Amino acid sequence: MFKYYGKIAPYLFLLPACVVLVIFFFIPFFQTIVLSFQDYSNNIYNPDWSGIANYIEIFKNPVFYKVMLNTFIYLIAAVPVLAVVPLFLAILINQKIRGITLYKILIYLPVIVSIVVAAIAFKWLYADQGVLNYILNVLHIKSIGWLTDSNYAIYSVIILTIWKGIGYYMMIYLAALMSVPKELYEACDIDGAGFLRKHLTVTVPHIMPVIALVTTISSISAMKIFAEIYVMTKGGPLNSTKTIVYYIYEKAFENLELGYASAMSVILLVVVMVFSMINIFCFERNKYQL
Amino acid sequence: MIKKMLKSVSIHSVLIFTSLLSIFPFIWLLSTSLKGNSENIFAYPPAIIPKEFTFANYTGVWHRVDLMRYFINSMVVAGGTVLLNLILSALAGYPLARMEFKGKKIAFFAILATIMVPFQAIMLPVYLITLKLRLVDGVSDAAGFVGLIMPFAVNAFGIFLMRQAFMAIPREMEEAAIVDGCNVFQVFWKVLLPMVKPSLAVLAIFTFIGSWGEFLWPSIILTKESMFTLPVGINNLQGMFSSNWRYIAAGSIISTIPIIIFFLAMQKYFIAGENEGAVKG
Repeated sequence: MFKYYGKIAPYLFLLPACVVLVIFFFIPFFQTIVLSFQDYSNNIYNPDWSGIANYIEIFKNPVFYKVMLNTFIYLIAAVPVLAVVPLFLAILINQKIRGITLYKILIYLPVIVSIVVAAIAFKWLYADQGVLNYILNVLHIKSIGWLTDSNYAIYSVIILTIWKGIGYYMMIYLAALMSVPKELYEACDIDGAGFLRKHLTVTVPHIMPVIALVTTISSISAMKIFAEIYVMTKGGPLNSTKTIVYYIYEKAFENLELGYASAMSVILLVVVMVFSMINIFCFERNKYQL
Repeated sequence: MIKKMLKSVSIHSVLIFTSLLSIFPFIWLLSTSLKGNSENIFAYPPAIIPKEFTFANYTGVWHRVDLMRYFINSMVVAGGTVLLNLILSALAGYPLARMEFKGKKIAFFAILATIMVPFQAIMLPVYLITLKLRLVDGVSDAAGFVGLIMPFAVNAFGIFLMRQAFMAIPREMEEAAIVDGCNVFQVFWKVLLPMVKPSLAVLAIFTFIGSWGEFLWPSIILTKESMFTLPVGINNLQGMFSSNWRYIAAGSIISTIPIIIFFLAMQKYFIAGENEGAVKG
């Protein structure tokens, strides 16, 4: 093909997007790193260089460990459910049955509704005299403080995250299931394999990369949780639902500890980048045609 | 035969159960929003169907809170974000798909790198820069809107989506256009862009949903109540009507109606199952 475009045309086309990305992405990215080595406590307009003091302070702070533990609980509790349940639902929906579209719409609904409304709806379910405690009482279990008891609060928030994510991951799995050759299922049927064996021996191995993809995407989203916490618990009670992004928000915009917040941002950056790299270079090569 | 029916029944019951779980929180919110003042909303057993059915909570919250304003603000922000994403992603996707130029690899990997960095980790400097550029509601409403939109005006997902769309077009299309005397901008505008309309639609829809639900950035940057977007405004109801769950529920339901209509109208794009990874912040 002949080159019909001049030397500068490619750059002209790229320019607008690059300007936005430089101003609102690359500069902030490097600034986060710079800020993390500065101390703003004396003068917010004229910070002092403080070396790795912010990082040392972070690692001495018990709240930070609590926050990391919470984020870890989030990962351990939410990610396996979000990797498995949507796959199960996708397999069911992928059978030739009636009402598929309606099921898809209803299960996908939580995904498109604003997280704020979803969090309010769950807060209402979790109320002390709310529906969920009523159900517990019917089952002869004592009411619990879903969002007010520091033993349960984080799991209550995790339930919301799971509820809101299931439809999204189900759609990813549904797309993947279309690529499984039908003949393999037919072979299974001839062998007389049951539902579970059929899918464990055919479906799961065939879409393993997608399962891995869902695991990494849901891990990354779990590390970025903010709105749920902000709307429902503000990190409480006793820091039991404080996650890393919420803590960064609090330090940066409420306590104005810019250096400290930035050092924590760098830690978040490193962790998320590792997961993202695994994602892009292992599971999404085709998408970006690397 | 019986085995087949049993299988069908069990599949349907699991899916019906999941569907009910998916919508129950909204149903309960809707039910609460329709209950009158004299009805105990904490009654055991909980009543799904209101005994004292009323729209008073809706009119009440509508009069006390400028929900229409929040709605318009959300429309402006989501509309602006969608428009800029379409333009910037298409412009940037085209050379990445079709042209050879110095620095292409660098541009490609720089854009790819942005996927790996979460907004949450760089939000503080983004805020400081936006302040410095005076793109905040304290300066003027217009500046406030620009500040709400610009950090999300383009992203790597959109650029790569458009790049893929351009890559799928046969090269003969451009050759024919060039022979007909088009220049590169005419090729882009008149020949290629109409051919990637389906991808533009996908990008528009998912950007709209993402922008409509965005909460973190507006809650950082907004200071004036008249500039609130719906998520910020709805969250604010909690403080305004501290324990008036009827009003909070009514406001939440009102704010959700537009996006549900949008979703139902565009449902084929969401549930076709081929747009994986286009949304999700």
